[in-house]
Amino acid sequence: MYDFAYHRPKSVADAVKLLKDKPEARAISGGMTLIPTLKQRLARPSDVVDLGAVKELSGIKLEGTNVVIGGMTKHAEVATSADVKAAIPALAHLAGHIGDPQVRNRGTIGGSVANNDPAADYPGAVVALNATVTTNTRKIAADEFFKGLFETALADGELITSISFPKAEKAAYMKFPNPASRYAMVGVFVAKTAAGVRVAVTGAGPCVFRVKAMEDALAKNFSSAAIKDITIPADGLNSDIHGSAEYRAHLVGVMARRAVDAANK
Amino acid sequence: MSISVAMTVNGKAVSGKVEARTLLVQFLREHLGMTGTHVGCDTSQCGACVVDVDGKSVKSCTILAVQAEGSKVITIEGLAESPDKLHPMQEAFRENHALQCGFCTPGMVMSAIDMVKRHNYQLDEATVRRELEGNLCRCTGYHNIVKAILAAAPAMKSAGV
Amino acid sequence: MTAATGIGARVLRTEDKRFLTGTGRYVDDLPLARATYAYFLRSPHAHAKIKNLDISAAAKMSGVVNIFTGKDLVDAKVGGLICGWVVKDKHGEPHKAPPHPVMAVDTVRYVGDTVAMVVANSYDDAKDAAEAIKVDYDVQPANIDLAKSFDKGSPQVHPEAPGNLIYDWEIGVKADVEAAFAKAAHVTKLDLINNRLIPNAMEPRAAAAEYDKGTGNYTLWSTSQNPHVLRLILSAFVLGIPEHKLRVVAPDVGGGFGSKIFCYADETMVCWAASRVGRPIKWTAERSESFQTDCHGRDHVTHAELALDKDGKFLALKVETIANMGAYLSTFATAVPTYLYATLLAGQYTTPLIYANVKAALTHTAPVDAYRGAGRPEATFVVESIVSKAAAEMKIDPAELRRKNFIPSTAFPYQTPVALQYDSGNYPPIIDEAMKMADYKGFEARRTEAKSRGKLRGIGFSSYIEACGLAPSQVVGSLGAGVGQWESAQIKFNPTGNVQVMTGAHSHGQSHETTFAQIIHDKLGVPMDQIEIVHGDTATTPFGMGSYGSRSLAVGGSAIVKATEKIIAKGKKVAAHLMEASVADVEFENGVFKVTGTDKNVPLAQVVFAAYVPHNYPLAEVEPGMDENAFYDPANFVYPAGTQICELEIDPDTGTTEIVNFTAIDDFGNIINPMIVEGQVHGGIVQGVGQALLEGAVYDKSTGQLISGSFMDYTMPRADNFPSFKLGYKVTPCPHNPLGVKGCGEAGAIASPAAVMNAIHNALAPVGVKHVEMPATPLNVWQSIKGAQRQAAE
Ligand SMILES: Cc1cc2nc3c(=O)[nH]c(=O)nc-3n(C[C@H](O)[C@H](O)[C@H](O)COP(=O)(O)OP(=O)(O)OC[C@H]3O[C@@H](n4cnc5c(N)ncnc54)[C@H](O)[C@@H]3O)c2cc1C
Ligand code: FES
Ligand code: FES
Repeated sequence: MYDFAYHRPKSVADAVKLLKDKPEARAISGGMTLIPTLKQRLARPSDVVDLGAVKELSGIKLEGTNVVIGGMTKHAEVATSADVKAAIPALAHLAGHIGDPQVRNRGTIGGSVANNDPAADYPGAVVALNATVTTNTRKIAADEFFKGLFETALADGELITSISFPKAEKAAYMKFPNPASRYAMVGVFVAKTAAGVRVAVTGAGPCVFRVKAMEDALAKNFSSAAIKDITIPADGLNSDIHGSAEYRAHLVGVMARRAVDAANK
Repeated sequence: MSISVAMTVNGKAVSGKVEARTLLVQFLREHLGMTGTHVGCDTSQCGACVVDVDGKSVKSCTILAVQAEGSKVITIEGLAESPDKLHPMQEAFRENHALQCGFCTPGMVMSAIDMVKRHNYQLDEATVRRELEGNLCRCTGYHNIVKAILAAAPAMKSAGV
Repeated sequence: MTAATGIGARVLRTEDKRFLTGTGRYVDDLPLARATYAYFLRSPHAHAKIKNLDISAAAKMSGVVNIFTGKDLVDAKVGGLICGWVVKDKHGEPHKAPPHPVMAVDTVRYVGDTVAMVVANSYDDAKDAAEAIKVDYDVQPANIDLAKSFDKGSPQVHPEAPGNLIYDWEIGVKADVEAAFAKAAHVTKLDLINNRLIPNAMEPRAAAAEYDKGTGNYTLWSTSQNPHVLRLILSAFVLGIPEHKLRVVAPDVGGGFGSKIFCYADETMVCWAASRVGRPIKWTAERSESFQTDCHGRDHVTHAELALDKDGKFLALKVETIANMGAYLSTFATAVPTYLYATLLAGQYTTPLIYANVKAALTHTAPVDAYRGAGRPEATFVVESIVSKAAAEMKIDPAELRRKNFIPSTAFPYQTPVALQYDSGNYPPIIDEAMKMADYKGFEARRTEAKSRGKLRGIGFSSYIEACGLAPSQVVGSLGAGVGQWESAQIKFNPTGNVQVMTGAHSHGQSHETTFAQIIHDKLGVPMDQIEIVHGDTATTPFGMGSYGSRSLAVGGSAIVKATEKIIAKGKKVAAHLMEASVADVEFENGVFKVTGTDKNVPLAQVVFAAYVPHNYPLAEVEPGMDENAFYDPANFVYPAGTQICELEIDPDTGTTEIVNFTAIDDFGNIINPMIVEGQVHGGIVQGVGQALLEGAVYDKSTGQLISGSFMDYTMPRADNFPSFKLGYKVTPCPHNPLGVKGCGEAGAIASPAAVMNAIHNALAPVGVKHVEMPATPLNVWQSIKGAQRQAAE
């Protein structure tokens, strides 16, 4: 790891100021992605701004029919939160299947969503539940947030303060883990909310995406039978030693059907 | 950049000067000479480095020493009451031959204790196997580690630890 | 002997306490005052010429103490790394032996080849400086695809080995085998790949060294499975440091599985540079470095054919294998796919004629050498796969076909057609027991039930034999080994009656400190807590060969028994004097010398004391002291054998395999500590199943980059990949070693790949899948099913 200057601000405002003042600075929340990246010398920030002491970023609240999760909330907290389990059990289930117990004890929802790893789990939930990402400056709709491989709508120095998930009528997440890394090789989040049905796929492509054909079919008939003949093209999907694009495309179908069945249980 | 850190390790107040980039595991091993916590990978996957920070099981290779400022850290060295009185989890590992080369063992034991507590001393084989996702062992084939953890859960409960 | 702690008892381990309390001492744990830290710059290319190497900027960086390159070694006349086993090809010519410079001089030959060593005040300083070394590479085409290594036009790895061929070796008489094939009622053919594996002991390799200017003595701490052998190689061949001026210490070592047998560039450099730097040097591999530079295992491409008569009797076996050596020949690389492989192709069967041809190939990949099982897993995989395939083709039950061809228990010692003479065994009761434990009879019902859940269930057998307990020195010597294969032991009593036992074997998980103490306890009656097993330090232990090839107990344990016999013989003389009896009348039992037929007795501790304080002592006939050495050279290999049965379920929608049942019945001869033996079997099974389902080293075929270069991409077996295992034993004692023991360290890994793959093929047969290569990953299985569907549709 290259050395850097370390800061531990107590407020979002101070954190943002530090990030703005130092153009080569990086925020660190759980560090479960950033520290391995630094260890491999793949990044060289001048400054690291630790969000660990920013109290206002943590916690889970119910606001109307929404579950609002602070950016610094750890995966383990989401997985075990009674509020999340009651409102959107699929979200708690997803959080409980990210990495391992130690990763879940430090990794945060803000860090995961900001990082937008193509194999990350949370983006599936954010898009399928049509969540709203709140930053220190604005609110961003899920469909506007994820822009591409490791790319998001966040501006430099902009921090995710919370994410608001509308309660779902029915929802489920099915993950097919990469055998080695256990990240999502294909993860399908299916949700039926007041606003309609959404099917979001993570892991399979360079960035989370929706499957319109499945959404339409499920809107008419929310059953796995309704999507059994819907296939998605392999073009543009990820391909590596663990899964060809064709295999991933196939798994999207399998995981989507299993997710619908689970949501109906 | 040199920074002072202070924390409690196994009940003792410790402090030192580190670089910002110093990992908690480096602080433990290199600054404090507590080499019980091991490093088995550089991608945060093997779990040889697991310690307890403020009641949470974490990978000490993936947290900066400065991030543990003011924390209470427990390592493998801090578990046994005395050299002759092992923690029930350590005892269960010994009785069930859950270790061979011993390299993964400190992290395994630390993860296992955390697992038992999080599950309120009630575990089944499938849960134990799933919860060991972050700990790799190349020697034991996990069989006896699973057995040891299942045996330790009630023992920890009755020992009140 | 007290049943609770002697031979055969389930004794808890002596070594556990330190490992459980964080007080084990591994190489990286050593506190060395004024230490410097080394970082090795490794080649990012699979094949390139080094046009220019500029260390000037790096040398000026903060904290840098010294930088060494391959040229420094040439100037200092440092030798190259060696391959210690000369294999003669089918024309009797020794194998090609291209040079293996410790650090590259003008050419790099695999991703990870060592280019420079930076020594600095801290590890980060060293790494920072390494980044500032400028290397101008002229990248060359690389030979990565093993199967194409011998093709015309394939890039050449070394000019000394034209066509990338290290040797073309054979065993058996081809014409006889062909004649048998001509008469066969049925011939089963099989093409398979034995996938390349990365050992990944959880402790990364590490080395530290210190040079004492006053005495000129070097101390090297290394994660070695065989410190004496490492010292011998470094002294005699590489560094020229006289053997008595080099001490090699292998303290607690976190697993080896073969990968820590060999003499590597990095530890060599750390040792060599210690005297030049004038301060101690420490180096520990990062995991990604281990992936690239530890010797890999397996990596064969094989074609096999089995000839059977109409009743299923095996008539002959023919095997052609290309074995990958990587870019350089590692310490024992040449022996693995020849003497440790083809000699096992008889398996448990009476196959009368066997011919095998092995061609060893150079590729631009990391060196390949012994990995848990070394050659025997590859052989077992060939034999057990083709036997199961033949059974399926001939519609004979796979257990039945095996039984039909087993070597009968009355035929031992049994001379195979491939050099080995099996000493003992009784195979039918093993498979019977395994089938009972696995409820083979109930399998079809379980398969039907699984089908109702949409799952494909399969069952597979693997009846293995292996030859371990390396090895009769004269036999291996005649086959080209550069060393003897005996083992040593020293039993040193202290005046107060406790005892230190020095062994040349080394424990890196195998529990010698317990098992060996049980032998001492059993033979000499010394309480367990009075026994210290000392291993891993050339300064304190007698020269010995270390631990690999499941040899520690069969060979090292036998040396200990021999030493106990010497202690008893000497003790009898002393005791006779003390009891005023004749030596012939003295017997020894449970730690006490007695005069036969009387109640006169004297405990061993008192005899020991007398030997060190010889005031009342037969000094004219007996030397003082109680300290005996023994060396044991085995008469033969030992031959553990067994049957494993794997039962699994495949989800055809995703290609995912779940092992639902795994049974292993083994014959390891007599068992000293069943708890420890079971642990060895568990670990072995998981490594073998890892090979079958999960693990595979993947290099990019064009660039030679290691794609599976971290735990993110190389699938390590995890706890949730397995059920608990069912184990059992049958015992036929080894007739030629004093403990009657056979080795148990590798069996699990030797047998299990075939058990798993036979189960996979059994599960997939109903959907038309003919062949799946290892690792049978979800992708691989799904593609196989898909391929079969496509074929059926055509
Ligand atoms: C062994 C292992 C296994 C894993 N398995 C999975 C898995 O199965 N599925 C999965 O989804 N993930 C997995 N992860 C990743 C894990 O979920 C990470 O926690 C997550 O990707 C990043 O969160 P973090 O809080 O650790 O972020 P950090 O590592 O601290 O930061 C990541 C990036 O986000 C930025 N950032 C952090 N917080 C904010 C914020 N509030 N606003 C804006 N930017 C911010 C940082 O500057 C940095 O660029 C795994 C990680 C490890 C080590
Ligand atoms: S050292 Fe491997 S996870 Fe920490
Ligand atoms: S005991 Fe050796 S790695 Fe687990």
